Amino acid sequence: MSTSTQRPYATPPASSPYAEQDTPTFEAYGGDWSEIAEEAARLGEERIVVNMGPQHPSTHGVLRLMLEIDGETVTEARAGIGYLHTGIEKNMEFRTWTQGVTFCTRMDYLAPFFQEAAFCLGVEKLLDITDDVPERASVIRVLLMELNRVSSHLIALGTGGNEMGATTIMTTAFTAREEILKIFEAITGLRMNHGFIRPGGVPQDTPPGIVDDVRKALKLVRHYLGQLSDLMLANPIFKGRLVGVGHLSLAACMGLGMTGPVLRSAGLPYDVRKAKPYSGYETYDFEVPVLQGADSYDRVVLRIEECYQSMKIVEQTLERLEATAGQPVMVADKKIAWPAQLAVGADGQGNSFEHIREIMGTSMESLIHHFKLVTEGFRVPAGQVWQSVEAPRGELGVHLVSDGGTRPYRAHFRDPSFNNLQAVSMMCEGGQLADVVVAVASLDPVLGGVDR
Amino acid sequence: MSDDLTERDVTPGGDVAVPGPEGHRRLEVVEVREGMFGTHGTGDTSGFGGLVRPVEMPSPSERPYGGWFDEVVDVLIEVLDAQEPGLAARAIEAVVVDRGELTLHVVREHVRDVCQALRDDQDLRFELSLGVSGVHFPHAVDRELHAVYHLTSITHGRSLRLDVAVPDADPHIPSTVAVYPTNDWHERETWDFFGIIFDGHPALARIEMPDDWPGHPQRKDYPLGGIEVEYKGATIPAPDTRRSYS
Repeated sequence: MSTSTQRPYATPPASSPYAEQDTPTFEAYGGDWSEIAEEAARLGEERIVVNMGPQHPSTHGVLRLMLEIDGETVTEARAGIGYLHTGIEKNMEFRTWTQGVTFCTRMDYLAPFFQEAAFCLGVEKLLDITDDVPERASVIRVLLMELNRVSSHLIALGTGGNEMGATTIMTTAFTAREEILKIFEAITGLRMNHGFIRPGGVPQDTPPGIVDDVRKALKLVRHYLGQLSDLMLANPIFKGRLVGVGHLSLAACMGLGMTGPVLRSAGLPYDVRKAKPYSGYETYDFEVPVLQGADSYDRVVLRIEECYQSMKIVEQTLERLEATAGQPVMVADKKIAWPAQLAVGADGQGNSFEHIREIMGTSMESLIHHFKLVTEGFRVPAGQVWQSVEAPRGELGVHLVSDGGTRPYRAHFRDPSFNNLQAVSMMCEGGQLADVVVAVASLDPVLGGVDR
Repeated sequence: MSDDLTERDVTPGGDVAVPGPEGHRRLEVVEVREGMFGTHGTGDTSGFGGLVRPVEMPSPSERPYGGWFDEVVDVLIEVLDAQEPGLAARAIEAVVVDRGELTLHVVREHVRDVCQALRDDQDLRFELSLGVSGVHFPHAVDRELHAVYHLTSITHGRSLRLDVAVPDADPHIPSTVAVYPTNDWHERETWDFFGIIFDGHPALARIEMPDDWPGHPQRKDYPLGGIEVEYKGATIPAPDTRRSYS
């Protein structure tokens, strides 16, 4: 234990920024709590700073919370991030535009389709081919995104419940999510990190029988969501932990740039799908649920309601999938579309027999084009664009800059979790230590997206 | 050939480039490319090796900008000039309309005034800031570093972009945290990755990289790093040493 005048947090408090500059603080690493308390009592200093995380089961990954506590009351809270920074944006500058999808899908790993869609919509805007994307491709994108919203909200509800000790909520939510991941696996081949939405469309059509599979899965997910609602919404213990906790008023939300369920729980029905529609969202019939409580409980209610609205959209996409059967799923421009319709063969490799026969046996030009398109990629005219999508956690924006080359010159993602974590201080200060867990869970941060 | 042509307006073959419209200014030369196939030096036997092409960002637009863009720009000019005559002309360098998006190139000294006007005036009401992004253009002389602000008006359903360029030698931009508190972490991130110093920021510390990290990783002169990978006897070079076709 040491005494120092160094400030234990990175940013000063919201009020009276430099008032406590000379207050001595202690630093204790590990050890027995009673010894620390005795030492604090001996030195006559009440101020205790607790480091929660970066390795803590209730911080949704490697989030570090620096909490100054007075008894059980949190007097100051600061979030420290960066422990999962992997330089995805920098890496994308060294790969082709198509390969970029493989990287950005790994940012917010619970909502991979939203990064893919935002990136691809941005590339399409840069290429000026937004209107050339086939309708069926957009329908598949919407189907995947809305299913993904449900699966992401299920994780938010499940882990949030688990952190309060309600393990049943977690197991029910994960069981429901499993049904959706099975659909993802059937369509894209992978449960997570799909890389399935590509500039110009999607690489493959949906497998046969997928409409029935999705309908069956929706029925099960509805069943599990009903169970979750029964477990949570009228549960007096659950309400006791959540109602009024993590309050963030509308003014605070606007100032801090909060979007998604947190903003809508404060009464503003802002949803990018309605405000700036993309992928044909203006043609779907759905509502944007909104509540006034501005607390953690209302965010849970909103997430459940949003799941039902998403499933309503999914049902509409299924009708459209049936109506557009056999139509193309990739833009007609052969320079942008991947040269081969790949399919997983009996050998486990992603080869297309007809395509291999053509390029290896009959057409030297096809071989050259295949090689150039795959290794070099396509060129994108110079300029910059911004594309927003409504991710489960809020507005996900992508800022793309092209220098006319075959690689992104700059790809920046405005991740909603990154932005929303700024609200931790406001939501937690003055509350109980145990409420920090609830407040952070109501933000539903995913550190893969925060740190990128 | 008249004297006011710069070197860039003439190709090596002697062709004179078509001049732009009156008052046309080039904002950004992103890159100067040589050759055609990404190879340099004697490796290029295609005959295109001597080709030199400057790559430029879209140039400033002429009125009318179309849609609501004219209205927003008019109101902004009015609000700024009401504060101080001639402020709008000094603050807004250029207006670019490209791919259906409005970009205002703002002089750094006035970025806070512009943000304040965009946020508070009832006909503008860009109340939601979607953060700050940085871009590094090493070839744009004296405009190497860019901070790009994306603003959204929920009231009017509009979005625009502010683009502030500063020289690498003096990378200072006034902080906009006082107008948009949400830009706190975003400006820290842009400082961390690009080394742009936001004057007046409450605590401009690194956010993604460790506090003692040397350099700013998203700059173009900062290497990606990586190691060669051996697979089935062949060696695959690190990503930043592979052939670039750009």
